[in-house]
Amino acid sequence: MPEIRYFEAVQRALAEEMTRDERVYVLGEDVGLVGGTFRATEGLMAEFGARRVRDTPIAEAAIIGMAMGSAMSGLRPVAELMTLNFGIVAMDQIINHVSKARYMFGGQVSLPMVIRAAVGGGTQKSAQHSHSVESWFVNTPGIRVIVPSTPYDLVGLLKTSVRSEDPILFLEHEGLYGSRGEIPEEEYLLPFGVAEVKRPGRDVTIVAWSKMVHEALKAAEILSREGIEAEVIDPRTLDPLDIDTILGSVARTRRAVIAEEGWRNVGMGAELSSRIQEHLFYELEAPVQRVAAADVPTPYAKNLEKLALPDAQRVVDAVLKITL
Amino acid sequence: MYEDMVLIRRFEEGAAEAYADGLIGGFMHLYIGQEAVATGAITALNHDDYALGTYRVHAHALVRGSSPRSLMAELYGRATGCCKGKGGSMHFFDAEKYFMGGYGIVGGHLPIAAGLGLSMQMQGNDRVVMAFLGDGASNQGVFHESLNMAKLWDLPVVFVCENNFYGIGTDVRNSSAFNEIHKKAQGYGIPGHVVNGMDVLAVREACEEMVRHVRQGSGPVLIEARCYRYGGHSMTDAGKYRSVAEAELWKKRDPIPRLAKSMLEAGIVDQERLDQIAEKANATVIDAMMYAEESPVPDASSLYDDVYVENHGA
Ligand SMILES: Cc1ncc(C[n+]2csc(CCOP(=O)(O)OP(=O)(O)O)c2C)c(N)n1
Repeated sequence: MPEIRYFEAVQRALAEEMTRDERVYVLGEDVGLVGGTFRATEGLMAEFGARRVRDTPIAEAAIIGMAMGSAMSGLRPVAELMTLNFGIVAMDQIINHVSKARYMFGGQVSLPMVIRAAVGGGTQKSAQHSHSVESWFVNTPGIRVIVPSTPYDLVGLLKTSVRSEDPILFLEHEGLYGSRGEIPEEEYLLPFGVAEVKRPGRDVTIVAWSKMVHEALKAAEILSREGIEAEVIDPRTLDPLDIDTILGSVARTRRAVIAEEGWRNVGMGAELSSRIQEHLFYELEAPVQRVAAADVPTPYAKNLEKLALPDAQRVVDAVLKITL
Repeated sequence: MYEDMVLIRRFEEGAAEAYADGLIGGFMHLYIGQEAVATGAITALNHDDYALGTYRVHAHALVRGSSPRSLMAELYGRATGCCKGKGGSMHFFDAEKYFMGGYGIVGGHLPIAAGLGLSMQMQGNDRVVMAFLGDGASNQGVFHESLNMAKLWDLPVVFVCENNFYGIGTDVRNSSAFNEIHKKAQGYGIPGHVVNGMDVLAVREACEEMVRHVRQGSGPVLIEARCYRYGGHSMTDAGKYRSVAEAELWKKRDPIPRLAKSMLEAGIVDQERLDQIAEKANATVIDAMMYAEESPVPDASSLYDDVYVENHGA
């Protein structure tokens, strides 16, 4: 199987879907001529023209609102927010409009639209450029939240997203754009709500997504040398969430660690931890552990940023806390 | 003003070297080419007027009078930086100099500037607020919301749009339906003026007049300074969307030699004095870089400092 990079996975998925379906179009800041800040839409304008790959002004609220309007009336927009930091400018459109329309209007409209945005910190971009706030959107009914960790998952899930009748928030991690992975030559789709066991193990279950999957896998390597076999599960989509795979694994390993890059307070880890305890309280050998970002706006200084954001070592420490 | 511009350029050249050496991380947006705008505009303010910038704020903080040492230390992520290493390049802040920050979100600071203006008005003083923004920012909703409210309440705000014709890689002609930005203000009844942003004297003159107008309580103004950044949008952008010929054309209008030439011609300075100024700027920057390098990184215990004030007001 050929190897491609994460940003090339976006190009491939979008090109395939735009070829398949005339209604699919792309809009966002610098997505056309420049080819996207992360090169994720490079080549699309040359292939599909400026009518279907539209450079927009820096106007996030309008980008999302226009995507919604066009999705209500026959098109299938893929809007890029560059990074989710700027999606906050469009929060009203996403939360008040996009995620509520179908329900509020009694099912009369669907919004087949995808909002793509990069997330994540770790590159010293300071507080206004380091958001991993997927929890906010999982906390909001009416919009799906997809968090691919590999090029393979990205292609399959992005294609499914473009075909979905529901609005999708598709979150790509900035720190993964250059990462490589194998994908098949032939076309494939991946379903929502199906977690993947990225590494099997018997002693503890680590649930991680997006870039934290890779930290969790590193942690599992380290732990394995100590004789601890960690199972790493990547839910791949946070909404819908494949809770069954997670519960099944924890029922076997009887220990769980949730690793996320978002803030700890009331985050996705808190939700997962609560769900595990609701279902498996009597099976657990130890309290569920959460690894997450410190509850501070991400600092600029390298040493402080490292302290604020979780990494493999933090995952190892959390596992050791409940296995020794 | 000449000294300011030379210092800004040297400061950023030094910062660019340090960035290439890995001493500075994250995003760094250089201002090289645009020096005349910050310099001409900010020197038209009184020392206790407020100024705010975008993520491209090294120059603005320097002209406002922040210490090059504390700014450089901030770029290096040191505890002695103006934001104790927490802000970095995009978020310089210096309360003592009434420099109310650099902001990473395009347009996000414009309502904040209007709020500062409201505060001045309600406190009954005649201080003004100067807010810088880019051409790209003039398409954001908050730009329009802020201009509208600033005029509605006649707030003392000078909006200075630094039109360098690009928002990252998108040409203003492809982002603004109506790209004479100074005229956008007129839709809100706000006077808009256009000025050559490569000419510091022209910027200064226009800004002095506008600041006077605003200080009298006549409401906000918008100045569009047409200028050019020589480099890419940030250190990680090569700027390939612009032609070499275009960039060369603008470099011929460089504001620093331009001012030097007119001062020499007017006999205000001689070459020796200009060399001294360049040398002084160089020494200041080297000193700042050494200071930054020798400064301690923030202590781990400071991670949680300043999220909240300690006392809860009880
Ligand atoms: C709300 C928001 N959207 C997008 C970005 C990404 N971004 C950073 S700078 C920039 C271009 C801004 O252009 P302009 O306002 O003209 O200022 P200039 O860089 O030219 O000084 C963009 C799109 C951002 N920081 N904030």
